[in-house]
Amino acid sequence: MAKLQGMAKRDARSTAIAATIFLFPAVALLIVYMVYPIIDTFLISRLKWNGFYTAEKINVGWDNWKTLIQDELFWNSFLHNVILMVCSILIQIPLGMALATFLDASGRKSNIFKILWFLPYLMSSVAVGFLFYYLLATNGGLISGIATLVNGKRTMVDLLGKNPHALYAVIGVVAWQYTPFYMVYFIAGYSNIDTSLYEAAVIDGANRRQYIFKVAIPLLGPIFKTACTMSLIGSLKYFDLIWNMTQGGPNHGTELMATYMYKTSFQKFNMGYGSAIAGGMFILITVIALLFQKVFVVKEDY
Amino acid sequence: MNKIINPQREKTKSRIAWTVAITLAVIWVVVTVGPFIFMVVNSFRDKKMMGRQGVLHFPDPWYFQNYPDVISNGFFGYFFRSLFIVSISLILMLIISSFAAYPLARMKFKLRGFLYAGIVAMMSVPMHVTLIPVYQMTNQMGLINNLFSLLGPYVAFALPMSVFILTGFMMTIPSEMEEAARIDGCNKYNMFFRIILPLSKAGLSTLAIYNAVGMWNEFAFANTFLNDIRVKTLPLALGAFKGEHSQDTPLILTVLTLSALPTVVMFIIFQDKLVKGMMAGAVKG
Repeated sequence: MAKLQGMAKRDARSTAIAATIFLFPAVALLIVYMVYPIIDTFLISRLKWNGFYTAEKINVGWDNWKTLIQDELFWNSFLHNVILMVCSILIQIPLGMALATFLDASGRKSNIFKILWFLPYLMSSVAVGFLFYYLLATNGGLISGIATLVNGKRTMVDLLGKNPHALYAVIGVVAWQYTPFYMVYFIAGYSNIDTSLYEAAVIDGANRRQYIFKVAIPLLGPIFKTACTMSLIGSLKYFDLIWNMTQGGPNHGTELMATYMYKTSFQKFNMGYGSAIAGGMFILITVIALLFQKVFVVKEDY
Repeated sequence: MNKIINPQREKTKSRIAWTVAITLAVIWVVVTVGPFIFMVVNSFRDKKMMGRQGVLHFPDPWYFQNYPDVISNGFFGYFFRSLFIVSISLILMLIISSFAAYPLARMKFKLRGFLYAGIVAMMSVPMHVTLIPVYQMTNQMGLINNLFSLLGPYVAFALPMSVFILTGFMMTIPSEMEEAARIDGCNKYNMFFRIILPLSKAGLSTLAIYNAVGMWNEFAFANTFLNDIRVKTLPLALGAFKGEHSQDTPLILTVLTLSALPTVVMFIIFQDKLVKGMMAGAVKG
């Protein structure tokens, strides 16, 4: 008996050692590149510092945070993030769903649609940003070109140059890039539905349309929640595309929290305040994501 | 009273519905493919012709010089640097994440729940929150303008989701396999290399695709750490070319076409496998 206990103890010990060895590299990297930097961001946010490590670091206490709370530019950027978030959820998810529904209803013969519709997602955000920068340009852009053709005289459509439509142009471009993602996501959702449900619906006299609207779409509920969560977090930390397309301009009209943070830190070299923006961004994203989860979880309980 | 269904009317109704659906489908094809056509067609245009002919006119004559121009301006340098750093980061990331997933999925120890929850929570950390401290670290290590500065961030930021997915994957491996191996005298370390790792191949390949695409396209870290044109990666090539030739739209569109090419070729070859891999990020965050 004692011997057995001793063996169990030794086994637990050897398990602990093995677990430590296997987990060490990952945990170490995550501490160095994630946990420590997050803490450090909040520490730097209490400094006035241009980021050069030979330069003087002045402790300014909560000054940066006080400025941040009153910074209209920051809250405007946050508002743009929220608009982007709401529009993304309202455009990309229903559109992706509609495309997936079409593909599911029409079967294999519509495969060519699936391939062509997926193409935008193959491009990187940076590339999409550049492509649409030139595509929407007043001079030599596609939209201006079409407008010229329709109007019969030289017409310039300046979508990115003026507010507020610059933001909506950007939102359109984001939708162009990400709709395929949700499309494929919902295709997977449809194909996970048991075929016996379709057969049962058909036996009960339902046609294809009734099956889709009364059986399949309600079954996709949980998938909707995940899609919304992904879209939400993605929209709040959005950066690459905007940075390469508008740099947050014109006149901060497409400024997001991330672009504002990047500009402040790496163009104006105000690392202390940049860290405060990053910290504020982190807090806002965490709070919104948790709230969203909570609201949805409550709904599921009923 | 039941409504009497008129089969003829139902048929017309369904035909109308399909006509509308297909029309909308074709419109969406125009929207998705239009920008690609704009990109490719205009890359074959002489920049002097751009203003004169307008973008809707086919290039006349077709101009092929943009491609050799872009290539002779170091395009393949960007390409191979990206290939190099992505390959190393990816291999390292797959090794480290499968190491971490093994004890989380198959062993019972004290901190298991805490570590797993902690790693999963890091999936949605925005990189901007870590950017300034990581930049400072990179600077202190003397790695600014060094390709290897990207190694740590690339591996670390890919880890949480990879560990999450691999842990889930390894949990589905039946425990009978392990029991049998243990009876044959296999210890925990050999178990990983002989049993668990080979059985996780499918999960690893999906993760490899997902993270390869992510790292290949990564912009913010690269843009912050690499200022010297001689060390820049492919996503920075566009900015570098634009900086030098901002008025030369056809040339930039050529760079765009060339840099989109690798993923498109992969898509044509692997199609469903690539799509599945790119969708690996669709997990509950």
